[in-house]
Amino acid sequence: MIYVVSILALVGLLVALAAFLVAAERLLLDYGICKVRVNAGERVLEVEGGQTLLEALNGQEIYVPSACGGQGTCGYCKVTVLAGGGPVLTTELALLARKDIRAGVRLACQVKVRGDLDLRIPEEILNVRLYSAEVASTRDLTYDTKEIRLRLLEPAEIQSRPGQYVQVQAPSPEGPVWRAYSISSSPQEPNAVELVVRIVPGGIASTYLFGLAPGDRVAFTGPFGEFRLSEDPATEIVCVAGGCGLAPVKNIIETLVARWPERPAWLFFGCRTTRDVFYYERFKRLAAEHPSLRVVYALSDELEPGEKWDGETGFIHLSVDRFLQAGRKRQAFLCGPPVMIEAVQRVLEDKGLAPEDVFFDDFSRAASSAPATV
Amino acid sequence: MNETSALVIFVAAVFTNNILLTYFLGMCSFLACSREFPTAIGLGAAVTFVMTATTVINYLVYHYLLVPADLGHLQLVVFITVIAAFVQLVEMVLERFSPRLYYALGIFLPLITVNCAILGVALFMVNFEYSFVQAVGFGAGAGVGWTLAIVLMAGLRRKMAYANIPAPFQGVAVTMITTGVMALAFSGFAGMVSIQ
Repeated sequence: MIYVVSILALVGLLVALAAFLVAAERLLLDYGICKVRVNAGERVLEVEGGQTLLEALNGQEIYVPSACGGQGTCGYCKVTVLAGGGPVLTTELALLARKDIRAGVRLACQVKVRGDLDLRIPEEILNVRLYSAEVASTRDLTYDTKEIRLRLLEPAEIQSRPGQYVQVQAPSPEGPVWRAYSISSSPQEPNAVELVVRIVPGGIASTYLFGLAPGDRVAFTGPFGEFRLSEDPATEIVCVAGGCGLAPVKNIIETLVARWPERPAWLFFGCRTTRDVFYYERFKRLAAEHPSLRVVYALSDELEPGEKWDGETGFIHLSVDRFLQAGRKRQAFLCGPPVMIEAVQRVLEDKGLAPEDVFFDDFSRAASSAPATV
Repeated sequence: MNETSALVIFVAAVFTNNILLTYFLGMCSFLACSREFPTAIGLGAAVTFVMTATTVINYLVYHYLLVPADLGHLQLVVFITVIAAFVQLVEMVLERFSPRLYYALGIFLPLITVNCAILGVALFMVNFEYSFVQAVGFGAGAGVGWTLAIVLMAGLRRKMAYANIPAPFQGVAVTMITTGVMALAFSGFAGMVSIQ
């Protein structure tokens, strides 16, 4: 009997205390609706107080990147809090430089919304949305590369710049993973996103994307990426791609000739054998229509006996070296494996390009940032 | 029934029966948080407040709920639950009304829950058969005594930062030794008053 009474009394006490605490939390930690001013009042969000800033922003469809899901360990969710964020917490110190702290940079996942806030968020992040799309078509480009065209459903349009990428959601046994793919279609078709996917043996996302059929649903966030095409028509554009690095380059070149039909531009594409060549006819046609565009494809392996090839041979950086004259005003975009990028960077430096005019994407961001929600 | 006046109990709890230096309760946060002066004072104040308040609550719970229901044997688990709930409440109140203090105390506040000195005081209060007023004096005195010890320690550690301590004794080792010497010094108060 005494045991039963003891247990019941204890359970009763615990329930009473828990109820009391829940009631107290409701009463005490009710911050009501807080106003979050973003970028000097450009947007004013009304969010429920008490949640973290990251949750609040994600809830308002501002996809601040976060790879750790709000644990405060990845440091991707940095935003500048100008007012109302409270003191910097010890949990943030490890991921913020002293310069950042002085500027008011905080980890959004650690800042609790307790009142009105004043934030500065990079324009890039404000543009990022979660999209749902439908596979419109798939097409084999080579034996291991596919072009996948997605038609946007919700939202129906994406505003991107050439050279930007999206993060595609792929299912995996450990929950969804996010992988970056460059947009290969030009921003002039805002209702579609085209990707060039090369199958990676054992790759989660490439295997998933390869298995898609027209009509399948795909989710992705974007656009991400800092590249900005130079607006000065006198600046020559040099694009160098290797493998499926041709995707963003296709986007850049097509946007370029559409906007400035006479603007000088170079497209270099390096691959190993004729089996890896794709989009060659398409670019040759484009170059024939626009004499200011020069297209150079180069194979690094020896030709098979009897094979026909009207392009260059040798590593692509050697072609870049051979064709480009030094001393022109240029902007360069490189996309491909790290070894290629390094070699081309050296060549471009010799040709007189300043490092800030050479933008590169070396496939290393593959497993990087993912949004906290979803 | 114990007849000692509450004031005597208070003084005794601070000096002769210092919860930390004679019973060695609450050592973990004492060692961890005595590195800096302001932290020590902040934590000491928080412990004193929580100790006094939980002694009052636990006294009422014990004498008006547990004893009448003949559930005195549940004291240990009930006391610790009450302490935990109270600390949560204090945390919420501070977060709401004094964010500065809330951030200053940071992780120490929830850690008070598991400060054994606080549970110790609640259990001693029952063992010593104190009246309500005596219990309040004891709780407050034990809190002030703990604060006194941690503040003294912070002062000593500040001096020790400049002392030439042999490598094997640096850090926790020398702090433990210092605590022992402090306890010896406090034992000089023993016998002035007795509260048991």
